[in-house]
Amino acid sequence: MAKPMDQYKWHELTVGCVIEDVGNAMEYKTGDWRSSKPVWNGEKCTKCGLCWLFCPDAAIRQRDDGFYEADLDYCKGCGICATECKPGAISMVEEER
Amino acid sequence: MSTRKGIEVSIAAADAAKLARVEVIAAYPITPQTHIVEHLAEIVANGELDAAYVNVESEHSAMSACVGASATGTRTFTSTSAQGMELMHEILFIASGMRLPIVMAAVNRALSSPLSIWGDHSDIMAARDTGWIMLFCENGQEVVDSIIMAFKIAEDRRVLLPLMVNLDGFSLSHVIEPIEFPAQEDVDRFLPPYKPLYTLHPDKPVTMGAYAMPELYTEAKYSQEMAIRNSKVVVKEVMDQFSKEFGRPYSIIETYNTEKADTVFMALGSINENIKTAIDMLKEQGKELGLVSLRLFRPFPAAELLEVLKGKKKVAVLERVMPGGAMNGPLFNEVASLAVANKLNIQFENFIFGLGGRDVEPEELMDVYEQVVSSVKVSHTDNKYYGVIGVRS
Repeated sequence: MAKPMDQYKWHELTVGCVIEDVGNAMEYKTGDWRSSKPVWNGEKCTKCGLCWLFCPDAAIRQRDDGFYEADLDYCKGCGICATECKPGAISMVEEER
Repeated sequence: MSTRKGIEVSIAAADAAKLARVEVIAAYPITPQTHIVEHLAEIVANGELDAAYVNVESEHSAMSACVGASATGTRTFTSTSAQGMELMHEILFIASGMRLPIVMAAVNRALSSPLSIWGDHSDIMAARDTGWIMLFCENGQEVVDSIIMAFKIAEDRRVLLPLMVNLDGFSLSHVIEPIEFPAQEDVDRFLPPYKPLYTLHPDKPVTMGAYAMPELYTEAKYSQEMAIRNSKVVVKEVMDQFSKEFGRPYSIIETYNTEKADTVFMALGSINENIKTAIDMLKEQGKELGLVSLRLFRPFPAAELLEVLKGKKKVAVLERVMPGGAMNGPLFNEVASLAVANKLNIQFENFIFGLGGRDVEPEELMDVYEQVVSSVKVSHTDNKYYGVIGVRS
């Protein structure tokens, strides 16, 4: 979308609200209703990438040093990464906002 | 050359869909719609129509398959009745919200319970605000012509909305009538192949039916609402063009004897032929009754109706559905809001008739006329605002 959602007038929408520029969900930060976030323990993490693989929202990225972190703009705090992490390096920490 | 033949209206409806060269049909059989989809299945199986006939396990799936097919940019047709339409209900909103020009022959039938396979408008009135354009037919010729016009209206770039062609179960769907079928080449000229605005195609991916946050949902629905409101112009245009090319006149509201009469009946569907008979019989007694028949029900033709009702003294709205706890029947409520908005000085009356296939003879309609003309306000039993024609009490 070319501008924020709350600036669109009704007649500026496409017919049937078809999205022509696909992949634009990136433009919307969808992680703001998360109640807990994953936190990595660098001592235990083996950089295996299972968390990255299992994240259903592609909200985990690998850092330059090879460790992983969550993109908190999109992470919903589902905890799948923590459940799947074999060495138990991820714990879910309650968000305090 | 057009051909004229005596034919069951359901079979004729299927033949009309064939003339419109539908490309995908997804339907589940239900009385009284069955003959339409059976005949279409036969036409496709015989290779007379190059279409995909999708056999589905329910009406919910039928309408879902239509949504998918129409999204790919194909001309899509279905048909259902009663409980089948209820099972489709959820997807009816999706079809209109996604602006998919699916055409449905809605063969109107009563809803269970008690179980009834016979005709009335319970099904369509429960679906009246789903965002579909709705036409009502009086006879078999109108059904055939309306199905052909339906695609041209629905697929117009200014419209892009699904459309239901309503025909009464049994009293219209199962009768044999002389019907004129336009020649294929004339229909092809009138109705060129569908050119979709968007298609689901891997070469140019788009997202359809996406999520709308609260910031956008109101604008999305308003844009859809404006589309259906503005579609009336296209309905008129298409009817005019059809009238010109095929020689059978159509308009969104049809009237009978309204010039002479200051009392008029208003109704939807095949009952209008009985009302015309009653009007002719009353005329022999020197009494004048008029008929206002809404061929277009959605979008509601308020301005045109207002024009027709100008100068009338009494209007009786007749409808084939129980109000279900509402103050009056749905068509009456619509007309009543028109009257309030325009401060019409007309006596309005509401009558319910023909539920679950109950016949209403012209003589009964003449009785209703007498009741309406003889009283300042018709009084109804059981403390309600509408009368129920023929109810034993």
